[in-house]
Amino acid sequence: MRRVSTMTGWRVLSALAGLSLFAGLSGIAAAAETAGSIPDMMVPSATPAHQIFSLTLFVLLITGSIFVVVAGLLTVAIFRFRSRNSGTIVEPPQIYGSTQVELAWTVVPILIVAVLFLTTARIIFAIQDAPKPKNALDVTVVGHQFWWEFRYPSLGIVTANELHVPVSPMDRPQPTFLKLLSADVIHSFWVPQLAGKTDLIPNHANTMWIDPHTPGLYLGQCAQFCGSQHAMMLLRVYVDTPSEYAAWVKNQQKIGVQDPAVAAGRRVFETEACMNCHRVAGTAATGAFGPDLTHLMSRSTIASGATTNTPEHLREWIKDPSHYKDGALMPSMQLNDEQLNQVTAYLETLK
Amino acid sequence: MSDLPMPSSQTLEPEPAQHGSTALLEWLQGWLVTVDHKRLGILYILYSIFFLLVAGAEAMLIRIQLAVPNNHFLTAQVYNRYFTMHGTTMVFLVGMPILFGFGNYIVPLQIGARDMAFPRLNALSFWLTAFGGLLLYYSFLGGSGLYGVGNAPDVGWFAYAPLTARTFSPGNATDYWALALIVSGFGTLGAAVNIIATTFSMRCRGMTLMRMPLFTWLYLVVSGLTLVTITPLTAAQFMLLIDRYLGGHFFDTQAGGSALVWVHFFWIFGHPEVYVLVLPAFAIANEIIPVFSRKAIFGYPAMVAASVGIMFVSLGVWAHHMFTVGMTSVTNAFFVLSTMLVGIPTGIKIFNWIATIWGGRVRFQVPMLFCLAFLYQFLIAGLTGIMLSVAPLDWQLHNSYFVIAHFHYVLVGAIVFCIFAGLYYWYPKATGRMMSERLGKWHFWLFVIGFHITFDTMHFLGILGMPRSIYTYQPDRGWNTLNMVISLGGFIQAIAVLIFAYNFIVSYFRGDEAGDDPWDAWTLEWTTSSPPPVYNFAEEPEVRSRRPLWDLKHPHDTDWEYEG
Repeated sequence: MRRVSTMTGWRVLSALAGLSLFAGLSGIAAAAETAGSIPDMMVPSATPAHQIFSLTLFVLLITGSIFVVVAGLLTVAIFRFRSRNSGTIVEPPQIYGSTQVELAWTVVPILIVAVLFLTTARIIFAIQDAPKPKNALDVTVVGHQFWWEFRYPSLGIVTANELHVPVSPMDRPQPTFLKLLSADVIHSFWVPQLAGKTDLIPNHANTMWIDPHTPGLYLGQCAQFCGSQHAMMLLRVYVDTPSEYAAWVKNQQKIGVQDPAVAAGRRVFETEACMNCHRVAGTAATGAFGPDLTHLMSRSTIASGATTNTPEHLREWIKDPSHYKDGALMPSMQLNDEQLNQVTAYLETLK
Repeated sequence: MSDLPMPSSQTLEPEPAQHGSTALLEWLQGWLVTVDHKRLGILYILYSIFFLLVAGAEAMLIRIQLAVPNNHFLTAQVYNRYFTMHGTTMVFLVGMPILFGFGNYIVPLQIGARDMAFPRLNALSFWLTAFGGLLLYYSFLGGSGLYGVGNAPDVGWFAYAPLTARTFSPGNATDYWALALIVSGFGTLGAAVNIIATTFSMRCRGMTLMRMPLFTWLYLVVSGLTLVTITPLTAAQFMLLIDRYLGGHFFDTQAGGSALVWVHFFWIFGHPEVYVLVLPAFAIANEIIPVFSRKAIFGYPAMVAASVGIMFVSLGVWAHHMFTVGMTSVTNAFFVLSTMLVGIPTGIKIFNWIATIWGGRVRFQVPMLFCLAFLYQFLIAGLTGIMLSVAPLDWQLHNSYFVIAHFHYVLVGAIVFCIFAGLYYWYPKATGRMMSERLGKWHFWLFVIGFHITFDTMHFLGILGMPRSIYTYQPDRGWNTLNMVISLGGFIQAIAVLIFAYNFIVSYFRGDEAGDDPWDAWTLEWTTSSPPPVYNFAEEPEVRSRRPLWDLKHPHDTDWEYEG
């Protein structure tokens, strides 16, 4: 019996040590694998994420303290009152309860709940009911199986999968307000370093806002299961410096480049059903079911992040979308090699 | 002094002489047409253990797929089917049936009854549940109708609309899913009605409500909760089928329906469902912790009140699964508060268990080991639950691996651990033989180690931004090492469960003779023989306290002199 009880203690201690060790190790493991692209909610870069981060620390402190006290009591109880002999049993004194003690451990949790609730409510209102400043940028996000459509109504820009927003310095904030819609099923917009997630629900518009303080690339992805390729509905948010952002807007507002050298490719695009779903501004292609391709080459990924945007990948994707994303709604148009080369060459000019 | 009848292990009817295949057929028929609550209880439990192995195998396939990034072991479609089936199976074909199996077997014995109130309804309930399970798994063959390949449901166990609409889920897989849950749901409702009627009308002489063993009390509470919980799910399934077949538009957003209506219905079922599963686990712990601490449960009235309190509060917290759907700030705040309130009665329970151990003489046999691990793990599960009840944290952690970790801490760390504790504890009563302690300890330690490697790690993966329900992930997100560790832990747990299955089978033939009361316990099921005769008790027992066997064993220090 004694041997077993020491083992129980060992388990408890190792669980505690393991827990703290894990916290450190997982951070190190993650950092060793990759530099700077971890969608880690503990490295916030915008006000909503930052407020949540501070609240997380507070809640961790409270729950951690409760754990130490209660697990400590339990461990002491198990150690102190372990049976020392397995032979004849002398039953311990029977105690049936105590009203005072019950009262004590009812009142203390009530107080803790009161503190936690009030703190939480304050942050809920601060984030959810934050007033929208006049200079805020409006972007409409439309979730599709399995990609993101971004519309900038005030700028006349439509793009996909890679959201560009201006940096919002602390002293001159310029937040971006996202209006969240869905074209089919429920999706969820989640970029952990910028804000918590909000769902995109058909027939039910939601809003959220971000005010990224530091330029750079922030990763996220769809966080509500939305069908077969839910895992490949990745999100990239580029937070641009004011000059980068201005340049990006200027380019996006242009119509699609028309290079006579790739006229054959354009003809394939406009005769082989591509244009039924895709739009290239300034041409006959005005489809709306798939991503807008007017400035396809300004994006670093294709297929909602399933692969990088290189000519080879683009060609492979057009040839057989299921190669990168089995279940993507884009069909293979059964183009021959020549048509593939032509249409790829055309798309590559859409800077 | 107690005038309790002494245990009687003599059978009243003579053993019928049987030969060869006739004997086998009679034996088989005996199990198929039985209305005996003990046999039905055993059928429930064997059925659940079978599906535990199936759903466990699905989990292993999931973990192989996720062990490395950009893996092609499973396709996206197959992976989505497996996580849907894993979740649906574990909740509806493992968790609920096994817990109702325990209730079926133990409740009548604990209250000194000869059977459930409605034995035939009891048999009907079991077979409905069983056929529900078959219907669900038949979808692997019939999901695509007569043409096409096998196609199990792939919409997630939560099956959010409008993904379940015919537009997005063609074929019949989703229909099998809905029908299976309707059919097994009716079985569950029948079982719940039966347990309520049994506890209210079949208690032996002297057993007032406040003398009922806590196990039975909790089953009464759970059964009441089940009636309120399963009905909205069944209603929602009917609405879904009406949408899919009769041109209804409940959830059809293209025609003005509402996706959120499904989400509300599902979680009005889904959250109390967690308590339908966890309260029976508490029930098991309420029996085992006192017996192996050699002390009466501390604060019996408080434990009853806390259970009833949890039942009522749990009906008002469902929208904490919906903090990200865009409710108003006031609504969010309301559900934060109601959810946090659950922590108070739950805390009372944990404190009472600790106080029961305090001052006792703790014996570390296998059932108690599982219950002690349960206490630590349930504490952590409760605390991560508090973290998730903080809506802004939930905005980050919702649908991430942190949530997966949290609810597996509840479902495995608390419920499955208690189920194993209960199986080791009552196995000798049901079979007359002890399960091997040595194998039991191997099972326990491997399972604890595997459990913590897997589910402790998952919390960090959620904090690092990995969402649930994804069949693969990008190699540059910092999730690789953690996923590999989680998968390894999963396989350690699988080995532990196989050791359990071996022990469970072999002990039936080779286990030590158990005797009537191997754990020196105190409730009525231990007064009768192991296994109990068909009629349970030759004479109706009479009790004067919550622990009739304590009174019998300690005639000079009886409970009824002290109980308030």
